[in-house]
Amino acid sequence: MKKDIIIVGVGGQGILLTSKILGYLALKMGDDVKVSEVHGMSQRGGSVITHVRIGENVASPLVTPGEADLVISFEWLEALRAEFYLKPQGAVIANTRRMLPMPVIMGKAEYPERQITGRPVYALDAQKIAEDCGSVRAVNIVLLGVMSLLTDWPAEAFEEAIAANVKPATLETNLKAFRAGREAGRK
Amino acid sequence: MKKLMLGNEAIARGAYEAGVRFVSSYPGTPSTEITEFCSTYPEMLCEWAPNEKVAVETAFGASMAGARAMSCMKHVGLNVAADPLYTAAYTGVNGGLVLFVADDPFMHSSQNEQDTRMIARAAHVPVLEPADSQECKDFTRKAFELSEKYDTPFILRLTTRLAHQRSPVEVAERVDVPVKPYEKNVMKYVMMPGMARKRHVYVEEREARMEQDAASLGLNRVKMRGKALGVVCAGVVYQFVREALPEASVLKLGLSYPLDRQAVRDFAAQVDKLVVIEELEGILEQEIAAMGIPVEGKKYTGRQGELSVQRIREAFGGEKAPQEPALPARPPVLCPGCPHRATFHVLKKLKLHVFGDIGCYTLCALPPVDSLESALCMGASIGMTVGAEKAQGRDFARHSVAVLGDSTFVHSGITGLVNAVYDRSNITVVILDNRITGMTGHQQNPATGFDIYNQPAPQLNLEKLCESIGAHVVVQNPMEMDRLEAVLKEELNRDGVSVVIARYPCALLDKRRRTPAKVLGCRNCGACMRLGCPAIERTDKGVTINAALCNGCGLCVGMCAFGAITCGGDQQ
Repeated sequence: MKKDIIIVGVGGQGILLTSKILGYLALKMGDDVKVSEVHGMSQRGGSVITHVRIGENVASPLVTPGEADLVISFEWLEALRAEFYLKPQGAVIANTRRMLPMPVIMGKAEYPERQITGRPVYALDAQKIAEDCGSVRAVNIVLLGVMSLLTDWPAEAFEEAIAANVKPATLETNLKAFRAGREAGRK
Repeated sequence: MKKLMLGNEAIARGAYEAGVRFVSSYPGTPSTEITEFCSTYPEMLCEWAPNEKVAVETAFGASMAGARAMSCMKHVGLNVAADPLYTAAYTGVNGGLVLFVADDPFMHSSQNEQDTRMIARAAHVPVLEPADSQECKDFTRKAFELSEKYDTPFILRLTTRLAHQRSPVEVAERVDVPVKPYEKNVMKYVMMPGMARKRHVYVEEREARMEQDAASLGLNRVKMRGKALGVVCAGVVYQFVREALPEASVLKLGLSYPLDRQAVRDFAAQVDKLVVIEELEGILEQEIAAMGIPVEGKKYTGRQGELSVQRIREAFGGEKAPQEPALPARPPVLCPGCPHRATFHVLKKLKLHVFGDIGCYTLCALPPVDSLESALCMGASIGMTVGAEKAQGRDFARHSVAVLGDSTFVHSGITGLVNAVYDRSNITVVILDNRITGMTGHQQNPATGFDIYNQPAPQLNLEKLCESIGAHVVVQNPMEMDRLEAVLKEELNRDGVSVVIARYPCALLDKRRRTPAKVLGCRNCGACMRLGCPAIERTDKGVTINAALCNGCGLCVGMCAFGAITCGGDQQ
């Protein structure tokens, strides 16, 4: 499978775990893969972006703007910010929940009231779904569930990759979240 | 089977396989995880040193005494460690010694964009530059072999996009490298002028020998494609070049210093146009130009920021990539419950000139806290406050304060404090003692009482240390903002040097589950907004608390003159 994926959100939302699972899975499925992460300062509640490149022979660890197949966003504003990475028919999977950035909280900027059009968009309240599955922390796995519908990898492979990368105590909740994400994505 | 590894993780694996026995480092993004991953291998003894100079000296001692040893740091950390490095280049090593230094082009998490390759050249220390995780591991093994073969410390240079990318790695077994015997060798290890002059001759010989051997080391490679354009590159930039200029022939340097000039000459002879594509300084370009070979480079890429496929493509006439839209920024902020928020709220209220330092609290230069006025380098806040008093006088000092974290103080604030007392300054220093090295992701330090394995360790007593230096010391919980304010007022007016230790654990370490704050009867005055807490949101109808973010620290309760905010305390 060849896929350039951008994963965005706010520091502390569990973005790194998502990219780690995807990278692990790609390797399992026999693809080459590179994942690029941001650690450090940017994690203190700032915008976070992770690049996942899957293909036969991946060189650059970064996705080139205008060439991504998919943006997975944990927060709506960050989805809007990352849209420019997508190629014309590239898809968006986005949690519709808002987290107000400091300039908006302070009244120095307005939260953009904008939809994403002209491309496949899977917009869902992933936080609600995650909470219903037992943990607000599982937003990432809900979104991964939706993402699984856009690949030719089997659901079982995803579930195995989740099991290999999450703490055993949270596995049940995460598997529930993954299945709920798949369910929501089909709608 | 291949394993997906972070660049930093692959280096730790390479060190393990190379038989490394000792690792001493100071944390710094993007290098921190190397040492953390090393500490997961029981065969390698790891430690967090108080700073990079001590780390390199300690690793050097282990090398001199026969063990393979290493030290990891970010680019600015190498400045701190430059002193031992420059002379270790003369003495050479016994057990292999490698410094892993991570540059941060674009300054994702740094205060400057300096290029480690410059320091390496100034110190005459050879440099390896891997381009993916597999090479991170392979070059690490190679670096230790070559360090012993050529009797020199090595630098393995990383950049953020290499250190923090994951790619597949084939792992191997550890080779057993016994500790070599210690031998007294005054001519090699005592760098008095008479000995150093002889060793300097050796340094030049060694460098010439390495350049001659370069082709046989298997670290540089040529891929001939088109004849029109030949690109010289190294590190992760090689990956960008492969994609951006698929027709170009490439000389990929794994050993980027000393430069294999014969390889460059041969490569240049086969292409019509020679270009160096390198991040930051135009070092290779200048070296090749000095050989009399026509070459270009910086005119395409400039010196600043990171390169990427699109930047290289655009520089060579390719189509422009789409740009990020203008949307409200989301700058990083102090976490909910962070004790620094309380301290800086008080500092702002007192309208002080805050000479800041390197840590999470550097964020306090941004609104709405915006009360930090300088951030130069580790530990600089104290010296700068002393200097400001010299320039502006005693009254200015009554309205100034040096602020730095516990780890930064131990790193390089102590000598500044010694000077402040010794030169009869009248300054106030606030040590933000949150019991951890925070910004780099929670590493232990001498003041926390734990080591890298989270085992209890002898704890540095900050108050006794500062008292013995000659400062007046007060310890105060910053979450009690009124008390902190009173203490600061008193200390600012005290003659001599005062140290206020604002002690309260990092919010991310505080594992108590507390009830989030609640708002009832908000009059929408906005007083609580001044804290700049991301959990407090304001609409036309008043303030609300985002319960998912709030950690129940209760700081906002005291901000409300109307008693509209309540906070329930610990949840069991």
